This record gives sequence, C-alpha cells and structure tokens, in this order.
Amino acid sequence: MTHRIWFHALLGCGLLGATGAAMAANSQSADSNAPAQTAEQRGAYLARAGDCVACHTAPDGKPFAGGLKIDSPFGAIISTNITPDPDAGIGNYTRDQFAAALREGKRADGANLYPAMPYPSYAKLTDEDIDALYAYFMNGVEPVSEKAPESDLSFPFNQRWGISLWNWVFADADAFEPEQGQSDEVARGAYLVEGLGHCGSCHTPRGFAYQETALDGSDDAYLSGAALGDWWAPNLRGSGEGSDGLQGWSANDIAEYLATGRNAHSAVTGEMTSVIANSTSHLTDDDLQAIAAYLKSLQPAAEESEAKQSQTTPDQTEQMLTAADVDGKPGARLYLDNCAACHFASGKGAPQVFPSLVGNSLVNADDPSGMLHVILAGARLPSTPKKPEALAMPDFGWRLSDEEAAQLATFVRGAWGNHGDKVTADQVAHVRDNLPEQKESSKPDFQD
Amino acid sequence: MAKTNPHVDVVMIGLGWTSSIMGMELTDEGLSVLALERGPDQDTVPDFAYPKMADELTYGVRYQLMQRPAKSTLTVRHGIQDLAVPYRSLGSFLPGNGVGGAGTHWNGHTWRPQPNELRLKSYVEENFGADIIPDEMTIQDYGVTYDELEPHFDRFEKVAGISGKAGNLNGEIQEGGNPFEGWRSDDYPLPPMKRTLNDTLFRDMAASEGLHPFPLPAANASQAYTNPYGMQLAPCNYCGFCERYGCLNYSKSSPQTCVLGALKQRKNFAYRANCEVMKVNLASDGKTATGVTYIDENGDEVIQPADLVIMGAYSLHNVHLLLLSGIGKPYDPISGEGVVGKNYAYQMNGGATLYFKDKHFNPFIGAGANGETLNDFGVEQIDFGQEGFIGGSYFNAAMTNGQPIRNMPLPKGAPSWGAEWKQAVQETYGHTMTIGSHGSNMAYRDCYLDLDPNYTDDHGRPLMRMTFNWKDNDVRMTQFMKQKIDALSKALGPDDYKLSFKDFDSQYDVRPYQTTHNVGGAIMGSDPKSSVLNRYLQTWDVHNVFVMGASAFPQNLQYNPTGMVGGLTYWAAKAIREQYLPNPGPLVQA
Repeated sequence: MTHRIWFHALLGCGLLGATGAAMAANSQSADSNAPAQTAEQRGAYLARAGDCVACHTAPDGKPFAGGLKIDSPFGAIISTNITPDPDAGIGNYTRDQFAAALREGKRADGANLYPAMPYPSYAKLTDEDIDALYAYFMNGVEPVSEKAPESDLSFPFNQRWGISLWNWVFADADAFEPEQGQSDEVARGAYLVEGLGHCGSCHTPRGFAYQETALDGSDDAYLSGAALGDWWAPNLRGSGEGSDGLQGWSANDIAEYLATGRNAHSAVTGEMTSVIANSTSHLTDDDLQAIAAYLKSLQPAAEESEAKQSQTTPDQTEQMLTAADVDGKPGARLYLDNCAACHFASGKGAPQVFPSLVGNSLVNADDPSGMLHVILAGARLPSTPKKPEALAMPDFGWRLSDEEAAQLATFVRGAWGNHGDKVTADQVAHVRDNLPEQKESSKPDFQD
Repeated sequence: MAKTNPHVDVVMIGLGWTSSIMGMELTDEGLSVLALERGPDQDTVPDFAYPKMADELTYGVRYQLMQRPAKSTLTVRHGIQDLAVPYRSLGSFLPGNGVGGAGTHWNGHTWRPQPNELRLKSYVEENFGADIIPDEMTIQDYGVTYDELEPHFDRFEKVAGISGKAGNLNGEIQEGGNPFEGWRSDDYPLPPMKRTLNDTLFRDMAASEGLHPFPLPAANASQAYTNPYGMQLAPCNYCGFCERYGCLNYSKSSPQTCVLGALKQRKNFAYRANCEVMKVNLASDGKTATGVTYIDENGDEVIQPADLVIMGAYSLHNVHLLLLSGIGKPYDPISGEGVVGKNYAYQMNGGATLYFKDKHFNPFIGAGANGETLNDFGVEQIDFGQEGFIGGSYFNAAMTNGQPIRNMPLPKGAPSWGAEWKQAVQETYGHTMTIGSHGSNMAYRDCYLDLDPNYTDDHGRPLMRMTFNWKDNDVRMTQFMKQKIDALSKALGPDDYKLSFKDFDSQYDVRPYQTTHNVGGAIMGSDPKSSVLNRYLQTWDVHNVFVMGASAFPQNLQYNPTGMVGGLTYWAAKAIREQYLPNPGPLVQA
C-alpha cells in the first residue's frame, strides 16, 4: 500500500483540481487547433501535451512557479519553479542544461532531480521539441521571482547522488525511434504517449524500486493498468476484440474522451480529470487521433490470472431493477433509490452524459476505493473547449452509511455482468476518512 | 460614496435565458460583457441535485427558488380608481431569482407564435374589420414578422434541444405535427417525449373527433443531446419535478444546461451574483446610457460604466427599471399617451379534471412538458367576427407531476378533511387526468404598469404598480373553449369531471397560481408614440439600451412565451452585431 500512496502523491495531478484549470486558463494558452507557428507557440503546445503545469504549480499559485507539495513516505517532495526567473526559476539555464533536465533528470548544477520528474519518458523528446519548449519557457512564461521551498526528504532519500544508481538501472535516455512498420500516425501517437504525455507514469505498473516496469509499447506491461492511490489507472492497451483494456473503445471514442472527458462509454473521474482539463483537451484532433491509433495498436497483456466470472448478465439485472424486485436485496434497492434516475435500470447511463457502469474499469477495479470515492464525494467533469458543460454527480456520502454504501457498491460491482468483489463497510469507512475536504455538497439545508 | 468599476463594453441586467444568449452573441464580437444577477449563483450540482430537489414542500410550496416578496415585489389593483396593495405572498405568478432566472424553474413548453399573432391588429382589421375591436382594447402589431424571426426560432430550438414533431416543414404539412403552426425550416432537434396514458387517450379521442393532436413541444430532452454550443442534455427520466424546481437530471433546457458552461469559458465574459441593479444611468442629455448603478453582495453601491446596456431581467423588472431610470415616457391610461407600462397582459387559461375509476395514470411518471396538444381553436383558426371575441387557445392533456401536496384532485363534493377526505384521496389519486386550455390575453387601455405612489422597496424606490383585471372579450374566448373542452371531456367517457373556467363575474385573483407569463409594459412596435422599443428591441429614446424578454409583447400570445422570447433575443442580437456595433445609433428612424 505504501508505494501506492507514494505514486499517488508523486503525480500529484489531482491536487490541483479546478484551481489548476483556472490557472492554466490564465497562462499563455496554446489554442487547441490553431497551427502553431513560432517555436515559442509550439513550445506552449508541447507544455500542454506534457501537462507541466499540473505538478509545477501550487494550489492558487502562479503557473509554473512550483511549490506543489507532494507528500511521500520519504518526506515532502516540492515541485520547483520552472519560470524564466534567473534566481528562483530556470532563467539561467542554457538550452543544453534545459535538455539535460528534461531528458536525464540533471539540474544545471549537476545534481540529480528526483524521479517524480518523468525524465525517463521525456528522454524520448526530439531536439526540435526541446528547442521549442526551451523557447516557450524562456520567453512565453511569466517569470516568478519567488523560490519554491526545498523538498524535505529524510536520509537516505535526501541523498540525490543515490539517484544516479537508480538512473543507471532504470532510466533509458535513448531518443524516440519509431518501430519498424509503424505508420506515421501510430509513431506520432507513440511519441506523444511514451514521451511528453508520460502516460506510463500512472498507467504502467511499478516495480520494486518504484520504477515503471516498461517505458514503451514493446513490453506488454506498458500501460497495462496500475493502482494510483484510491484510483485505478486502467489498462490502455486496445488492440484486438474483446473487453480487455481499451478493446471496446474505437479510436474515435479514445480521442473524444481525451478531448472532453466523456464519450459513449464513460466519464472521467479522479486523477485523470485534471489531465484532461489542463492537457489533453488542448491537443489538436490530429494528435488525439494519433494517440488513439497508437493505443489501439498495443497488443493485450498476457493473461496473468483467470478472468473473473460474473454472477449476472446485463439483461438479468435490468429486468430485476425494472420490476423493482428488490426485496432482500438492499444493494439493488439502494441503487434504485439513489442511482437509477441517471444511470437507469440498464446501468448504461446516457451517451456522453452519464457514464455506463457496465464493464466500467473503475467499478470493476480490484480496489473499490475509487468507486467509493465517487459515491461518497461525487465527481465533476472538466469544462473543455469542445464539451464545456461541467456535468457533475452529486455526493451521496451525507446520505449513505458505510454499510449502505458497501451494499450499494457490492451490488453495482456484481450487476450487469460486472465482476468486482464484495465491498465491506470498513473499506467505505477508510475511504470516507481519507476524503479530501469537500468544496460543495448537495446535502439539503432544511432551513427556510 | 459609490465606487466606480472599470468600464466594460456591455453590461447585462439579470442572467437568465436572454442574457445568457446575448452573452454568447456579444462575446463572439470580442466585446467585454458583464452580467449582474440580483439573486444567488446556482447550478445543477449542488443546487438542484438529486435527491434534494425532489422536495415539494421546500420548492413547490415554499418557493425556495423564487424571488422573495419581502425583497422585491409589486402592488396590484383591479382598476384605476382602486388602491393597490402589495403582492406580499406569492400566488398567481412566480418570478425566479438567481442565475438562470425563471429559465431554471419552468415546465418547458416551447412554442412559436402563429404568424398572424405577430400582426394581430392588422390581421383583425384585414379579415374582420376594425370595428370588431372593442374601444378599450389596445392591441398592436409586433413590428416584426414571423418570416423574419423563423431562423431565430430555429436557432433557439436547437440551442434548447426541444423535443417535438414538426407540423409544417417549409409549407408542407407533416402528419402527426401541428398543421396550424407557421412554417419551419427544420424539424425539432429531438423526437417527441414518450407517451403516457393520458396522452394516448386524448390523442385517440381527438383524432376520432376530426381534430389534429400532436405532442407538446418540450424543453425536456427525450434523448441525450449536444447543442451547437457543445452543451449537453441528459434524457429526461420523467421524475415529475419540473415547474418550481431546477432539473436534477440535466434534462430540462435552461441557461445552466444549454448556455452558461460555454459562456463561462470565455475570458471576455464575467458575471456577478447577488448584485441588484438600481437603475440605468443616463448621460446628461438623456439620450444615451452611461452604464448602471447596482448594490453589490456587501450592500455597497457601485457604478458600472458601459457602452451598451442589455436589460435581461424578468419582464416585470425590466419595466420597473425603465420607469425608475426615466427611459421612455410613462404611460397614462387617462390620456392614452406615454408608453412605458402600457399594455400589460397575462394569460387566459381554463381546464377540466377528469376522473376515471378504472384507469391508472401513474402521475408520478411525468414531465413538465409531457403532453398531447391540439391547436384547432388557435388564433388563426377562429372566425372572430362570428364568435364575438379576439383570441384563441391551445389545449393540452399534460401529465406534469404526481406531487402529493398540490396535485391531489378530488371529485366534486369530497370533504376537505377527515376520514372521508382520506378515502376520497385513496380512490382518486392516480385516477385523474386534465385537459387544459391555454389562451391569449388582449391588451386594454386600463391594464398597465406604473410606479406606486404609496409603497417603496427596501432601497427606498417606489414599487411598481400593476393595474389589471379580466375583460369580457377574453372571458368570451375562454367560455368558447369551455364548451369545446366540455364536449371533449364527455367524449373521453370519464366517471366524473369538473370544469374550471373564468366567467363574466371573475376578478383577477393573485392568490391561486395561474401562470408566470406576465407580458407587456415595454412593448415593441413601429411607432415611438405607441411603443417603448423598436422592432430590434432597442429603446426608441436611448439607443444604447436594449430590452429583452416578454415585456416586449404588445399583447399576449395564446402560447407560453419562452420560444418567442428566445427567438426575439437572437433576432435582436443579430441586429446589434450587424447593424448597431458598426454604427451605434437608432436602428429605426422615428
């Protein structure tokens, strides 16, 4: 469990939430579909693709000024100021020092960066893109003269030299090379996903030293899904027929999801919400299609264990709910009273609006924490250029006891052919105790 | 000492349907636009969220989403000799409060006017002679034609995601739609809602009587929908909490579900809630506005300079603000001179409640605009000369809700309390359906709005005074509809039914709810002597003030006003964008 917290914290994206979206909107924005002309404009676009703002901006802070505190079991890692201020930021970095930081995790003074910075992914960046990013960070970002606080890690984790060994074993500093036979589109997608997008940071399982167990699509562990704190970062490998990974999604479904946080199947929750708000919703249609084509080219991971069998079929559950045949089935009854208004008896919700619960990766995740988080605290889609409505699910935590939420979650995880395990009241209590402070609640106020 | 805000290009008063639409149109032009909303900010989640919203006592009975009479109201009287007294307790009509305005708590009936309703005076004179118009009736033409508005009706229907069935596509009558509607360039963006038992009973009976039933055009989404702004509606689940409620399911078209998310993304748009505009400020020559003065959320007075003022408050508040700001000459019912406040009109409705011992209507499966309608007795279908009145109605058999406090129709003679009442409730609940008549209301010399000489609001401003009563012409109209509905009710063969229609002794009663379709008072037209606004909703006297909303209607349509209000807003926006901004000044020379 420890390493889950570490990586959840390491990525830190979700901590920004709506604040991050607002700040990003105020920064020099890369207009999504306008062809970028100058190196600086292209750099702004690439910074979007890399979602640099997510980690390098504190809540309510200035864009790229760092200061986001990332708690880890080893101490607090604090993101740095990467604005062009010469003292507080990276204004004195030469182009080559900037490149070394991105690709090798080397600070200008030669010290190692903590691998919270995804330099093993950024190693794939082309020289041209490094130039563009450098132009943007030197000229297009507002300098902030305030230094971010130092990271405060305990011994031995404060010994940055030790990271050299980690780098030697795990980091791969080779530039991106398309695989033989890859189309231009798939190669472009691979470059974005494996490189700037650093998707593997969340979606690839970590190894014993917290390293990503694979850094490119040639290894079938790559993007095969990983736990991320409460959330499940799902398997993104989409080639072939079936329901594994993204097999059930078309390339257009994937592109639409990345552009808007919603599609005919699902809606974004958890850490991915701010990634869509700050990064992918600003990418061009061509780049999103390239990412989709690449994910659809990844062969499914080898079966590790026997697929879980469901006790139900979609039709059985729908018929039972439609008939309101819920005596002695408290979870089904709770579903009708709380969920069916939007997700319907079919569990399918409505395309683009209410996500389907049938086969949903969060619903079926081994760890139910993410789903419980959504039930208890609700969820809100980001407002994106193409789909501006920040559709939200209200919080039900004020209304459901731990026992009720467990019964409800157990029902949903076993309904319509789903195959998630039973959920206990203790699991609900644990998630409830660790919810972040809620900004809004739909709890009624009975005062008149 | 009032503080002064930085200048904006456009200030909009209120943030409901009209300001939301105008905000999109004017930010498209690159203008900086600020909306000032009197009430609180509100959105689907958390404010209208499930299951909180399904609370009839809080929202349906205690009007949680409506304006508070203690904060804002008007006085009412029947005639010009009477003393007006304040409307202290909401009843007859329910102006909204907060972001989204009445667009959050409506039912969603979305109609276009019949073409001749927009040129009613000319239509009557041409077809029946000017002498059938009673002396005291002050009806006028709108000054804009149906053909001119058609693209804008279409636009609003697509933005609002209306569910319905076209009856007249480019002049070709369509089976199953309203054959009496004006031509439309396109069908509704969504198919009609699902039919309930009351719908099918009414439809089959009406068809067998030779009438032309069709599904009510609904701002309740029959399917998931994405509108031209990328905003989304979810399929309606027929929960039965529409009117008086915000939609808990993203299914009812509203500024929140159809516009505001897209508008809020624009960096040249801003809005402030809990900011009540006191008046529009005029330059010393009185010919242009310089902005507005408002009271902010802390109770401080703020001056907001702006080049263009869009009045997008509720119709009654638009008129009140015009009167308080000294824009246009106030109307005098004795001399007939002046224009501001003239031609206030309402809606003449009636209906039947039908009881069927053996039928189960399941009224809790309902939606605000779920219903079967017919327009065979519409304004354009009636021979005014022969029938002796000017006006018309549409009929609807709607099943909006089964809320137990207010929707508990009981048979004639049932006691109102005790064991027998309980028994009557048991026998009746779920066994009734209604047929409503929703009709026009003409304008009259002594039905108008002005400033009250006695009562003031908590800012010390005079309250507005409404002078209104029912007139024989409109009672004759509704009595005609009563005969028709009586016959249709009998044809359905209920075990019992009762009729409720205004009669010649009926007085306007502010206590029972009737409708929130208050129109007129800042009417549009072709002549500055008889209208406040020109055909582009621009005030004749102050060219940089435009007034949106149903206050522009010279008399009321037979229909619910929102479709017309939406179309007029897009029409005015086009004129502002294409004509006014390149060359600010009066768009019509007086």
